[in-house]
Amino acid sequence: MAEDKPRDPEKDKLKIKSAKKMRDIMTAYYIDAKTARDNGKKVAWITSGGPVEALHVMDVIPVYPENHSAMIGATKMGGQLCELAENMGYCADICSYARSDIACATINGGPIGGLPAPDFLVCCNNICGTVMKWYEVQARYFNVPLFIFDTPICHTDFPEETRRYVEKQTVEYITFLEQVCGKKFDFDRMMEVGKLSLQGQRLWQDILDTTMSKPSPMSAFDAFFHMAMIVTLRGTQTAVDYYQELLAEMRERAANKIGVVPHEKYRLLWDNLAIWHKMKWLSEKFAAHDACLVADTYTSAWCSSMKYLDEGDFLKSMVAGYTRIYLNIGVDQMADIIKKMITKYDVDGIVMHSNRSCKPYSLGQYDIRKRIQDEFGLPILMIEADMVDERSFSESQIETRIDAFMEVIKEKKG
Amino acid sequence: MEAIQAFQRVVDDPGGYLKTLKAKRKIIGYCCTYTPEEIIFAAGAHPARLFGTKGAIQRADAHLQSYSCSLVRGVLEDALAGNLDALDGMVFPHTCDSIQRLSDIWRLNISSTWHNDVVLPVKLNTASAQEYLADVLGKFRRELQAWIGAPLTDASLKNSIATYNRLRVLIKRVYELRSASPAIMSGRAVNTMVKGAMIMDRLEAVQQLENLVQALEAGTGQTARSTAKRVILAGSICNHPEIYDIVEKAGAEVVWDELCTGSRFFEGPIAEDGDPLAAIARRYVGRMNCPAKHKDLRSRGETLLHMAQDHTAAGVIFLNFKFCEPHAFDYPYLKEMLQERGIASLLLEIDQELPAAGQLATRIEAFIETI
Repeated sequence: MAEDKPRDPEKDKLKIKSAKKMRDIMTAYYIDAKTARDNGKKVAWITSGGPVEALHVMDVIPVYPENHSAMIGATKMGGQLCELAENMGYCADICSYARSDIACATINGGPIGGLPAPDFLVCCNNICGTVMKWYEVQARYFNVPLFIFDTPICHTDFPEETRRYVEKQTVEYITFLEQVCGKKFDFDRMMEVGKLSLQGQRLWQDILDTTMSKPSPMSAFDAFFHMAMIVTLRGTQTAVDYYQELLAEMRERAANKIGVVPHEKYRLLWDNLAIWHKMKWLSEKFAAHDACLVADTYTSAWCSSMKYLDEGDFLKSMVAGYTRIYLNIGVDQMADIIKKMITKYDVDGIVMHSNRSCKPYSLGQYDIRKRIQDEFGLPILMIEADMVDERSFSESQIETRIDAFMEVIKEKKG
Repeated sequence: MEAIQAFQRVVDDPGGYLKTLKAKRKIIGYCCTYTPEEIIFAAGAHPARLFGTKGAIQRADAHLQSYSCSLVRGVLEDALAGNLDALDGMVFPHTCDSIQRLSDIWRLNISSTWHNDVVLPVKLNTASAQEYLADVLGKFRRELQAWIGAPLTDASLKNSIATYNRLRVLIKRVYELRSASPAIMSGRAVNTMVKGAMIMDRLEAVQQLENLVQALEAGTGQTARSTAKRVILAGSICNHPEIYDIVEKAGAEVVWDELCTGSRFFEGPIAEDGDPLAAIARRYVGRMNCPAKHKDLRSRGETLLHMAQDHTAAGVIFLNFKFCEPHAFDYPYLKEMLQERGIASLLLEIDQELPAAGQLATRIEAFIETI
């Protein structure tokens, strides 16, 4: 944007000021990760729902291919990288996070010139089975050790044998880390990191909860941006400090009735991952209808198991904490959580992203839709797209459907 | 061959066949080779493998997106269409993300069946995963016993294991005879035999297989030595026996496979002494794995290489279900490993309907010509 352009004070007021700091922190984080070897540090690649706290204890820099792939999507480099993966023999129907990452690793492409090569990989399948196959590919490519933290799905309950199995793996995980890092695990440090992790999660939930205010001080699109910290820096003081600042800003906006959508009339809930390559377009599209996406099931997933976590004994409590997250539960339990969110955030409708790249999130959405419609009679829009691969986005068709959906909402609410 | 005709009848009308069995025992459906069938059989129930629908998919579209595989959509379609009314129960071992959600959708929509999730570990190569696997099998045994309402004893488990071992040895014997002289039986008949044996009453299947092996053994030596090129089929299940016909027409023979409707079903005997559940668990750990399970980084590739070596195959045809991620992720490294050893491969992505017959034949013929 040209510097000499006169600033619009009204638009400036709407901007979230902390965003700049967030960019600076993330830049510093990626510089640290890319220069880790020069500083004698190890780099681990870890899945977004993985037990990262233990890596901080070992002074390992965790790097998240999923966050990186989201950046690839946001910078619209997804289609190109996915195509490269397809030329390598990976079918176009597999997860676009995986396709972009697998391709990017071979050319150090993407918005930051690729991720630093890993010393080892940590894969937790609480988000999907896809990550296991993806990490197998990278373990072969980089020829590094792979630790699989297996969290069996809790379709209806959390059985005792599952708890026992995950508990044993917690011990194995620490032994694995001691071996690859060549040093002892510091359990006192684990206590501190565990506390910071939980503190970060509480703050993140508090931030997301400021959207209960009308008008909402932020939207799901802002949450998609600010979530990077709860994913990548969970368990650090940096995340806690930043989220404290962001929370203060959001509370102030709420108190001053500053809404992120200037004339918020309709409040919507988003389901599934973001469509990273269409964030601005979607955000403006809904705002033009005076609609604000006030909540989403995705960014809140990082605090979805807080109730199981105990800062007095993080390691033990993370057994349930990492196994019973949103997604690693039955479709009916997911529907129940959405139902609670409908009431909590007082929403008028739901936008479901049927995401070709994410089967555990998307298969079951039709049943969730039906359950919610039966109980609440809420209008629900289903958009079929892909989180990273912009080639699977039909703009004119989706635009027409959003307009039609908003008509229904307007008629219903007046 | 009479046995093949018997298998063909149950494959053609599994619903009708299962109804005739229903009078005698409970029928439990499943759609994965990690289903502990031996436990179901020991409980006096009948395990019936489901392969998806033969018709068009319509009803399942209300529950599953078009980007799920035809097995998941097809099995649900059959259930919603009433084609699986013979089922008393359904068991879902944890396989992939799609089957995981199919289980939820089934539980929420098909209330007429007993529903059980056997949430297996995704890795099989650690002691804690193996202990967990044994725990999960034990739990399945207890829950099945409670539902059936009759004791499920170790003795009945051991009998069941012996039956399954016999069944698997016989199928493997047919594969061996065919690998030695492919002309003794068509590839299509082999596919029918395996699928049939997964639907048919297991004792009856054993009897049919005994007869078949006997007939084949008596006939060996009479068939001329085959000059056909030798290929292996790899993937999950093969629902399209036409593929065998096309391969044969093109001058080749499928001499072995790495399929769930094939070697993944019959490989790996179960130890008949010691704790029966532990023995069943050990089979899953030792047997060639499905790509949805982690054993190590290259075991599937090594399995395929050995297979090609043992059966002097010059090529591998991958039959991957469209939208099946576990198989799609493995394909590039498998292709590369095979290539390094001079084994050619062809990838066919299969959806509910096969591509136009001419198109498929052209691709397969072109591949066979190059090997």
